This record gives sequence, C-alpha cells and structure tokens, in this order.
Amino acid sequence: MSGIAVIDVTKGFNGFTALHGVSVAIPDGSLTALLGPSGSGKSTLLRVIAGLEQPETGQVLLGGEDVTSKPARARGVGMVFQHYAAFKHMTVWDNVAFGLTVRKRPRAEIKQRVHELLELVQLEGLAKRYPAQLSGGQRQRMALARALAVEPQVLLLDEPFGALDARVRKELRAWLRRLHEEVHVTTIIVTHDQEEAMEVAGQVVLLNEGRIEQVGAPRELYESPANESVMSFVGPVNRLGQTFVRPHDVDVRLEPDVGSSEAMVERLVHLGFEVRVELLRDDGQHLLVQLTREDAEQLELEQGQIVYVRPCRETVFKP
Amino acid sequence: MGKYLLRFGALGYLTLLLLIPVGLVFYRAFEHGFGHAWDAVSNPQAVHALELTLLIAAIAVPANTVFGIIMALALVRTRFPGRGLVNAIVDLPLALSPVVVGLALFLLYGRGGWLGGLADHGIRILFAIPGMVLATIFISLPFVVREVVPVLREVGTDQEQAAETLGASPFQVFRRVTLPSIRWAVAYGVVLTTARAIGEFGAVSIVSGRIQGKTETLPLYVQDRFEGFDVSGAYAASVVLAMIAIATVVALRAFHPREETSR
Repeated sequence: MSGIAVIDVTKGFNGFTALHGVSVAIPDGSLTALLGPSGSGKSTLLRVIAGLEQPETGQVLLGGEDVTSKPARARGVGMVFQHYAAFKHMTVWDNVAFGLTVRKRPRAEIKQRVHELLELVQLEGLAKRYPAQLSGGQRQRMALARALAVEPQVLLLDEPFGALDARVRKELRAWLRRLHEEVHVTTIIVTHDQEEAMEVAGQVVLLNEGRIEQVGAPRELYESPANESVMSFVGPVNRLGQTFVRPHDVDVRLEPDVGSSEAMVERLVHLGFEVRVELLRDDGQHLLVQLTREDAEQLELEQGQIVYVRPCRETVFKP
Repeated sequence: MGKYLLRFGALGYLTLLLLIPVGLVFYRAFEHGFGHAWDAVSNPQAVHALELTLLIAAIAVPANTVFGIIMALALVRTRFPGRGLVNAIVDLPLALSPVVVGLALFLLYGRGGWLGGLADHGIRILFAIPGMVLATIFISLPFVVREVVPVLREVGTDQEQAAETLGASPFQVFRRVTLPSIRWAVAYGVVLTTARAIGEFGAVSIVSGRIQGKTETLPLYVQDRFEGFDVSGAYAASVVLAMIAIATVVALRAFHPREETSR
C-alpha cells in the first residue's frame, strides 16, 4: 500500500494554529483534492506531507512507513508549486533531469527518462528552451514532468493552476485528469476553487480553519454536506434563517402558489446556458436563483418584475 | 526647453567635475610621449606597488566574496536574534571614513593595543602585508553582501524547496540552484569589491607605514611621487589606476544584475 496517512497533525506559526489535530487517509492511487478557503491550512497540510514543514505533533505515513522525521529529500515525493518554481537558469531538459542528476543516475537512463517525460507532458520540441521562454501552462507542465522524473510515491500539487488564466486552467485540469489515469500515482491537489476540486478529484477533503470538515466524493459533499460551512463552500447557496437552499432548487413562477412568496427581480445575469437571477423577497431577504436559459425565456423575466418563489429542496442542519 | 536644460545641466556637471579632471590626468601623463609614461610606471618601485596592490586584492576579494555570500544567506534565509543589528553593522564600512578604519586597526594591533602582543611573537600585522589586507577587507566588506541580499530575497525559496523535494542535499541545493541564481549579483559585487580594494588609500596608508618598495600600494605610490615632485610619475601611475577603474565600469555594465532577474 502506498497511500498517505496523516495522523493527528498539529502545526502553528508564531501563535497562529494552522492545523488542529488533522487526521486523514488518502487511498493508494487516488486523486484527492484538499479544498478550502485561504488560510484554511490546506497548503500547510500539503507541505507537512512533503516534509517542507515539520508538524508539532502527529505523524505522516507514506506507503505505511512513518516519514515524520525524514527530510523532504528522502521522502520520495514529487511537488509542484503554484508559481512553478522552475529553475530559471536551466533549460527545460535540465529542469526535468534535475532529480535524476542529483541522484547520479547513468546518463543513458536519464536521457531516456527525460525524453519519455517530455513526451508525456507534450514539451518534446521545447527541451532546449529556458523557462522564461515558455508560457505559464508550459512551465507548469514542465514542473510536473520534473516532479514525475524521480518516480515519486506521491505527487503533491500546491494550487498548480492558480497563476494561470481561466482557459488554460480548464485545459490543464482535463489534461491532469487524463495524466493521472495514465500514471496512476497517488496525487493530492490543493485548491481553493471548488469547481476545480470537483472536476479533477475523485475524493475531496474539505478544510476550514485548520480542521477537516468533510471527506468524500465530490457529489457527496455537494448533495449531503456535513455542516453549514461545507454547504456554503461547495457551490453557491442561499441562507434563509436556519435553512439552506441551492440556487437551482428554487421554483420561480409568475402566479402565486401554495407556499410561495412574492419577490422582485433585481438583476439578471446571462451566462450562456445558465441565467442567474438576483431576487429580493417581500420579507427583505435576498435570493440567488439559477435558471436554464430556456426556463428564463419562458418566464420572460425582466428587471423589476414581480415573481413568486418557492424553495423546492431545503437543507437544515441540527445545531 | 526644460528637458534640454536638464540634460545639459547634468552633462555639464559631469564634464566639469569628473571628465575634465580625469581626462587631464591622461593628458598630462602622455604629455611627454608614451615612452616617458612607460618609463615612469615600469621602474621597480612602481612595478612592486602594482604587484602588491594586486596581491592584496587577490586575498581580500575572495575572502569578502565567500563571507559576503554566507552573510547574505544568513540575513535572508535565517532568523536569528540581533539580525537587524548585524544588517546595520555590515554597512558600517560604507559610512565610516577609511582613515578611522586605519586608526582603529592601528589601535588594536599597535604597541599597547589588545592584540599588540602578536608582534612580539613574530607575527607582524602593522607596517606589513597582513595589516594592509585586514584594512582592505574591512573597507570592501559590504559590496557582495549588499548586491546578493536583494537578489536572494527576490528569487525566494520556491526553487530551493523544489530542489529539496527532488532529492538534492543542502549542498547540492546551494551549488546547483542558489548559487546560479545569484551569480550575476555575486559577479557585480566582486567587481565593486575589487575596485574598492585596488583604489583604497586612507586605511592602508595608516597601517602600512608607507615603506617605499615594501608596503607601498599603487595609490600610495601615486601620493609618494606627487609629494616627491615627480608629477609626471604620479600622473602615469594614476593612469594605471584610472584604466583599472574604466575596466571596472565596463565590467559593471556587462554584469548588471537587474536586467537578468527581470522576467
């Protein structure tokens, strides 16, 4: 088994506690997302696993072996950083070969391995370039090849697409998923973007204020969130007193109905397939509703119009 | 109109205060022909002065380069109590008059000084090369540190951490990642250190005792000739120093680190 186990890890920085006794198991070969708002401790947890931060208490197990006191260089992890951490003075080829050359592997082996990896990340033609001559997406693929070169037990990605523009991000997410299917190394990706976590990962670990709120498949987190903070972080949500309603679980009609209440259309946002409607209910409550373009057209919604709304699916958390 | 005023003002100032005096040195040195100038700098005393100057620089510059890199790493990559104070002390030689430095060394190693007893054990510091080297190291200490610190800070720790996760030992991280990313700053610092070491007058003048043909560096030789009414000899030796300075300026342009670090 070469999964990852984190047992009761606590870590603080100058009086601020980043992780409060966190325990989590990452199955062998999985692609897991550490999701959470900034300051939730997700990057710290990743760095503790990598060995770049030393926890105050607790253990880190890689493949069943306790590596808590091992330095990062002896852990067999591959890490990719948000800002690429490319070796600027080395060519793409030398960047990818770095982990192999510090291990003093035979030259023929290095040559073959780097060649394979550059092919895997589709940078074959750019081996002689320097990082400054690459686009952000290419740099990040190079960083990934560099991390994979040492055949790590686990691959750790710290907000890997955070510095890229939206289109490249989307491409790279799909590409990462395919890559993971090919190489099957246990992978953890840190992200604050719930859409990215849901799209890429098979398992999502949701962190908030240094604690784990919920672990589960993306769909579980969305459909049966464990508490308010999971509900409000994974996908948009309306809070109506003690109840929570997803924007797509609101029924909008032009005529009053049993249990419906009056609301005024404050703003309409057209996003292609989806139309976002911001409503002000008669009790002063703001409400966000998502409709399909078709539904919105049928209702002929306009700004300032009066409609009748009724939540058709609500979630209540017991205190 | 204002633009031209600014330009001519700046250029005029530079010409009047820098270019004309230095140009005049060149003119006066070659006034009586190249052969005359060559004779003035190829006599044994002048050659010895040049050799001594280069020897002192050859010791002081590597020492300050190694120290400068270690100091910069300590200041940027570690936290220790008194870091702010150390950071300020590094700048001291820039602010302190070299004469004071010379005097301080004189007090320390001179007769009755804390380390004055060394002379009784046959270790000559004052009026000898060791003292001159110490003075030169003191004077030229801040340059490598000051050039490397901002670059280290800008480069950050990401690359070093990436290298670490890839299996590099601390020494491999330094040699293959840290050092190459600060190399231009180091080169720039070395050039500045060299220029300062070769040109140093005040501090070396005090600790050397200015013994002709023994503890006389090139700047001291210039002064010696000038005082001995051998003005053309002084000019010729000055030209050698000025040529070194010009080579320095050219090297500084070539090594300018700011351009490499900008993405």
